Amino acid sequence: MKKSIELFLTFLKIGAFTFGGGYAMIPLIQKEVCENKKWLSEKDISDIVAISESTPGPIAINAATFVGWRRAGFRGAFMATLGVVLPSFLIISLLSLILTEFQSYKAVRYAFMGIRAAVLALILKALWMMFKASKKKFISYFIMGTSLVLTAFLKIDAVFVIIGCGLFGLLWSLTAGKEKRDDTA
Amino acid sequence: MILLELFLIFLKIGAFTFGGGYAMIAMIQAEAENNGWLTQEQLVDFVALSESTPGPLAVNMATFVGLKTGGIFGAVTATLGIVLPSFIVILIIAKFYEKYCKSKAVGGVMLGLKPAVVGMIGAAFISVSRTVFFPTGLHLSAFSAASFWVFIGIFALTAVLAFKKVHPIKLIVLSAAIGVGAGYGIGL
Repeated sequence: MKKSIELFLTFLKIGAFTFGGGYAMIPLIQKEVCENKKWLSEKDISDIVAISESTPGPIAINAATFVGWRRAGFRGAFMATLGVVLPSFLIISLLSLILTEFQSYKAVRYAFMGIRAAVLALILKALWMMFKASKKKFISYFIMGTSLVLTAFLKIDAVFVIIGCGLFGLLWSLTAGKEKRDDTA
Repeated sequence: MILLELFLIFLKIGAFTFGGGYAMIAMIQAEAENNGWLTQEQLVDFVALSESTPGPLAVNMATFVGLKTGGIFGAVTATLGIVLPSFIVILIIAKFYEKYCKSKAVGGVMLGLKPAVVGMIGAAFISVSRTVFFPTGLHLSAFSAASFWVFIGIFALTAVLAFKKVHPIKLIVLSAAIGVGAGYGIGL
């Protein structure tokens, strides 16, 4: 029980003090969980990044669940996840209340008009970072283009795009692997 | 009924988003459009607020959309929906994660998924730029409006600063200040 409470408090702190979520949270998790508490090794942290990348859902939730589970089983996973979610939940609920109060002000409306243009810049930055991190191969560019056209212009449900691209990647890698074997044979 | 709908939609988003919050924007946008929950402007505002508050982007956005459409219970169900798939998947693979991460099948699926996510963020970029630059629709007169050039200016400035690794919160504060200035100065 003590372990779970400690997990809860640690992840509460991580949830309350990381802005930008996901990847921004990894260094903080590393500091808290590896250096301060010595719950996990540095290698575990790189495993967490690898797992988070290849499983669905928010990275923060993946990481909290994994650390909690490693440390204290199901209860640990539950408490760590609750800890990381709770600050967001409370802050957003509060903010939402305040916002509805202020929305009638002209200044607030103007501020948000400006902010929307900045959000576009943030999306562009995220897009560039993801683009840079992807494999420089024809097949990657092909899937990127297809997914963009399907989602943006043909309005295909993202779920089908994800499933389709995942299957395509799987088939591609299977056939590519076979070709390689054929070459060496 | 709206609660169940919120839960299922965010469960779906949680189960099919890879690579963090931004990939989710296109998905939330499509759902919001289908259900008539939010305007495009509101969605972009939620992204901004989620960036300026601590915590995972995805959880922040789920809480926001949930609150807006179903009150406090809506917020709880939407957040639960977005969290549950990751939680369950991690618990399932936690025991054999090394095998999972190194398996050829997972590698193959990720070969397709990673670029797909890039494409989806690209789609989010296109639709958000429509909302920002052409709020009244795509027509020629949009280019002669002073507000169009103000938004182009804010976008260019914040994009340069973002690539220089200036913190997102500073960009949001800066753009808000320019927005207020331009709003009272020339009338947006």
